[in-house]
Amino acid sequence: MSTEKKIGCAAENTVDMRVNIAGIEWKNPVTTASGTFGSGAEFSEFLDLGRLGAVTTKGVANVPWAGNPTPRVAEVCGGMMNAVGLQNPGIDLFCERDIPFLRQYDTKIIVNVCGRSEKDYCEVAERLSEEDVDMLEINISCPNVKEGGIAFGQDPKAAESITKAVKRYAKQPVIMKLSPNVTSISEMAKAVEAGGADAVSLINTLTGMKIDIHRRRFVLANKTGGVSGPAIHPIAVRMVYEAAHAVKLPVIGMGGIFSTQDAIEMILAGADAVSVGTANFHNPAVTAEIAEGIESYMRTYGFTRVSDMVGLVE
Amino acid sequence: MAYREKETVKVLAQECLADGIFSMWMETEAAKTARPGQFISMYTNDAGKLLPRPISICETDGKEKLRVVYRVTGEGTGTEQFSRMKAGDTLDIIAPLGNGFPLGRAKGRRVFLMGGGIGVPPILELAKQMECKEKQIIVGYRNGQTFLREEFEQNGTLYISTEDGSVGTKGNVMDAVRGNGLRGDIIYACGPAPMLRAIKEFAGDNHMECYISLEERMACGIGACLGCVCQSKEKDPHSNVKNKRICKDGPVFLATEVEI
Repeated sequence: MSTEKKIGCAAENTVDMRVNIAGIEWKNPVTTASGTFGSGAEFSEFLDLGRLGAVTTKGVANVPWAGNPTPRVAEVCGGMMNAVGLQNPGIDLFCERDIPFLRQYDTKIIVNVCGRSEKDYCEVAERLSEEDVDMLEINISCPNVKEGGIAFGQDPKAAESITKAVKRYAKQPVIMKLSPNVTSISEMAKAVEAGGADAVSLINTLTGMKIDIHRRRFVLANKTGGVSGPAIHPIAVRMVYEAAHAVKLPVIGMGGIFSTQDAIEMILAGADAVSVGTANFHNPAVTAEIAEGIESYMRTYGFTRVSDMVGLVE
Repeated sequence: MAYREKETVKVLAQECLADGIFSMWMETEAAKTARPGQFISMYTNDAGKLLPRPISICETDGKEKLRVVYRVTGEGTGTEQFSRMKAGDTLDIIAPLGNGFPLGRAKGRRVFLMGGGIGVPPILELAKQMECKEKQIIVGYRNGQTFLREEFEQNGTLYISTEDGSVGTKGNVMDAVRGNGLRGDIIYACGPAPMLRAIKEFAGDNHMECYISLEERMACGIGACLGCVCQSKEKDPHSNVKNKRICKDGPVFLATEVEI
């Protein structure tokens, strides 16, 4: 059935917002981009977390990390830069406090995992295998830490190897989060697929730099930082399109999604689900609004299931 | 459950108080609950500027009107856009945010209320609400453009310092404290980091309880992004490292709790 024919029956159409990502059913295709949403507590004052398909937490490591010096954030036209450096409370406090908090809500829990070495990642994955969480997202793409992070995400062999290693310890489906700071995103997606990943998410931030011309200094203490926000959205759409064509895995698309339109674009490019990040700082309730917006788009155009729209661009 | 939300508010008045210093009154629900030392997140109407500007609360009428006094930080900035708004214009805010100054600690004590530069405005509402034995307001300016001076004079004993010596003590707020031989039991302060460092040291030397309001570049303003941390003396229970969130755990801290 063509899209044009479906438009006619829009009003009576029942819309099924559920998506299945690597065997886990989300109530809708919207989650939060890691690092922008903490573990949800602060945002729970602004929206019911149960309106989201999943909450993706800020990256957590085997031990607490203090992160980078300040300034850690800066605004750029149409976006922002950050170099927080993966400050996190460590897996012990995270399991004790953040998982029970999120379990109060009818949403899936995706734990973003960071590390400095293969052993770090595996230790967290092993610990989480005993915990009540739904999926793991492995951050091999943070541009703001010296060791680990992006070091695993820019070399296909290293990415495949870390995926294999984590998969040995993880009980939950593993999403590998890819960096856009590579020559070929398709190669990286294929590498983690070969390593046994259950899904991919992309894009993490693009490495950038901002200079204060009056003080002639770097704006961020870290000199460089990850650029996010609407400014990077077209890059993200292109990369999601390429990754979706390169692998059979489910794709979680992110990068500068600010509105329903941006989310739909990502889905049409090939994303099975979307993550919303920087937009949370502009409007704390934006994730839930986008989930509703997608439903309304589906009614307008007569789509029954989210999967009917995935990769539909011609 | 009622959720907090971004609020669209109406500008009631806008006035230039000194070079680059503006005062904006707005009509907001937040005026009912805002406490001295808290801040508000102000959003521009410019699609290219996505992050809120954290601005301290200068005054509230406790009902519907709230005042911010802020500095325009440069050409083409968000604060410059705010300064061009007129009565009747609207903007989005999230307010109030952060923890205010602990007013109750001042009861029956001799107080220093200290503000420097753009740290002066939040001291006004604090001075208005404070009940204490002796209210000594010490504020520092660059030059003779001593904005909010009349309001301060109505709310305590005012001591002024100016960098160029045109009004009050020449120098900074600490010079004004020493020059006037002031004595106190407790300090509340807001201003640039070097000023707060000097105040913290003075408080330590003189065994005074001291609360300081910190600032840092912020993104979310609600405690989620970990952009605006400061170092804490002890391990912080939330972060599990020696970092506190200025927006959520502050912006006011007991001076001995934080490394500045």
